[in-house]
Amino acid sequence: MLLIHCPYCEEERSELEFRHGGDAHIARPTNIADISDEEFEEFFFLRDNPKGLIFERWRHVHGCGRFFNAARDTVSDKFYASYKAGEPKPDLPGISPATEKTVETYEATEGTAK
Amino acid sequence: MAEQSLRKAPLGGFHGGSAAAHVTAAGPATRLSLRAGADAVPALSKALGLDLPTKPKTSASLNGRHALWLGPDEWLVIDESGADLTALAAKAAVLHSAVDISHRNTAVLVAGTKAAEAIASGSPHDLSPKVFPVGACARTVLGKIEVVIFRTGEQEYRVECWRSFAPYAFALLAEGAEDAGL
Repeated sequence: MLLIHCPYCEEERSELEFRHGGDAHIARPTNIADISDEEFEEFFFLRDNPKGLIFERWRHVHGCGRFFNAARDTVSDKFYASYKAGEPKPDLPGISPATEKTVETYEATEGTAK
Repeated sequence: MAEQSLRKAPLGGFHGGSAAAHVTAAGPATRLSLRAGADAVPALSKALGLDLPTKPKTSASLNGRHALWLGPDEWLVIDESGADLTALAAKAAVLHSAVDISHRNTAVLVAGTKAAEAIASGSPHDLSPKVFPVGACARTVLGKIEVVIFRTGEQEYRVECWRSFAPYAFALLAEGAEDAGL
């Protein structure tokens, strides 16, 4: 069972108590009426799907009920850190999100599909 | 002649458990779901007559009244003597939200040498004395439902659940108690 550290309960709790809440640190536009449809689509719908490090919102829904942020590895499911909502991204030395070069695409490993 | 309506307790007539872990339905109590900011805590504590805990997973008890920390701004207040908690909270002239949930919740009492094992059969929460001493409380899951576990004694636990889920909670705990007693 995956254990997730809740920064409000100050301890590790079972994954059964948590719900995923999407990407963290998304900057909402302050001038929502002025932006173009493309800009709206960009912030509202389009999300990265990185391999490796990702910063996400989680909610301890069956515990203290609070939203918090966590840094997780999308491959290994390892939680590197969790921190209270509103706090800046923590420094994670040696851990960086995958780049286009480090992601193994089908084309790179198997050649082009015919 | 008008028929008198009778209130039926949600777990009336339920019995179960084993010699190692007794499972019984708790008596009626009044309950309050209390939400308030940190600045309102002293006034609400005074109005309710006990210090609202501000540390995670802790509780305060006095004369059958318990205040359980559920979240940074959320408490579950239980009064086993049936006091009107909403009226008490209303006396505190500070911004807060107090909802009477006396009949939304009911409780199952689990007691005995293997009470923790009985609860652990359905809950992932760590009940070892080091992290969950007497007086500790936590909202967590039991099987498929959400419960609040409150350790009232070395071998005594109070499991608060929603009343419509009470037969499920009771059956699961009774089953766990039987397994723990083997």
